[in-house]
Amino acid sequence: MCTMISQQVRIDGSGKGTGGWFAVRAANVSYDHPFNLAQEHALNLDFVNEALGPGARVAVELNAESARALVETIQAVLARAEAGGYLE
Amino acid sequence: MYQTNHYEGMLAETATFHGAHGDTINAYFARPLGPGPYPAVILIHHLPGWDAWYREVTRKFAHHGYAALSPNLYCREGHGTPEDVAAMVRGAGGVPDDQVVGDAAGALAYLGSLPYVNDKVGVFGTCSGGRHAFLSACRVTGFAAAVDCWGGRVVMSQEELTPKQPVAPLDYTADLSCPLLGLFGAEDRSPTPEQVVRHEQELKKHGKVYEFHLYPGAGHGFFYYDRPNYRQEQAVDGWSKIFAFLGKHLGALAD
Repeated sequence: MCTMISQQVRIDGSGKGTGGWFAVRAANVSYDHPFNLAQEHALNLDFVNEALGPGARVAVELNAESARALVETIQAVLARAEAGGYLE
Repeated sequence: MYQTNHYEGMLAETATFHGAHGDTINAYFARPLGPGPYPAVILIHHLPGWDAWYREVTRKFAHHGYAALSPNLYCREGHGTPEDVAAMVRGAGGVPDDQVVGDAAGALAYLGSLPYVNDKVGVFGTCSGGRHAFLSACRVTGFAAAVDCWGGRVVMSQEELTPKQPVAPLDYTADLSCPLLGLFGAEDRSPTPEQVVRHEQELKKHGKVYEFHLYPGAGHGFFYYDRPNYRQEQAVDGWSKIFAFLGKHLGALAD
């Protein structure tokens, strides 16, 4: 059943959807039914720009283990970038 | 019972009606060809959206002799692929219960205005749509039957209530105005078998006409043939129970 576990975070970036690159303004993070991944629930990441309509979306569906690994990897990469003085 | 020399035809198309707040709602509408008048079913789609499965099932109800109307409950969020629109709604935490109930009432009024529809109208839904089907059957008068397929969050704790879902549907049970069929999976986590029992207790307490089936070996969404939770045996039996139930309470042409 729909868990309704969802949070939105405002972010700035760029995403490549079916219509090409667009400005990403938010990420919707949910743990709910995926559309494609073959399991009942998944960690769903939607990078969106709501001002551009529903089609401005880059979607990723991950199992929980993969999602945790991704979070750790992002943090590790950012830490290295920060240590190297690369963060803008 | 259908015979191989019978004529059979169906019209399936998009249509519009007025839902909650008088908003224009687009819908998928399938009905048997003929003057009728036919009994009708309103299909309330699930959280994955107004998708291909719901279109197929809308035609399935028409095949079984019902004028079947499936409103796009997410139409206010804009248009795009059903998946993109549903993802937008998922990110926003769903749509408000009051809005869905208003849309169901509008769909009922629309069907009532059609010369080829009789006054027997049922409401069907799966997943969040099952919850909304039950909720609509409690809060809107005029339905003759309701089918809730694995609708979770009917039983809700205080902590689970939100501005969009401010009241647990269970609390409306006393107002249920028609017979209810519920199909659930014994391995589902929402609703859990314990929550199904709790719902059943409330229906009994208020003397409601209902029929619940809890399928062993099935979890959530066991009708969805394109998902890993599909359970062939339970799904076939579930569909036969749905059409037997609707035939009893709405009447229908032979299948």
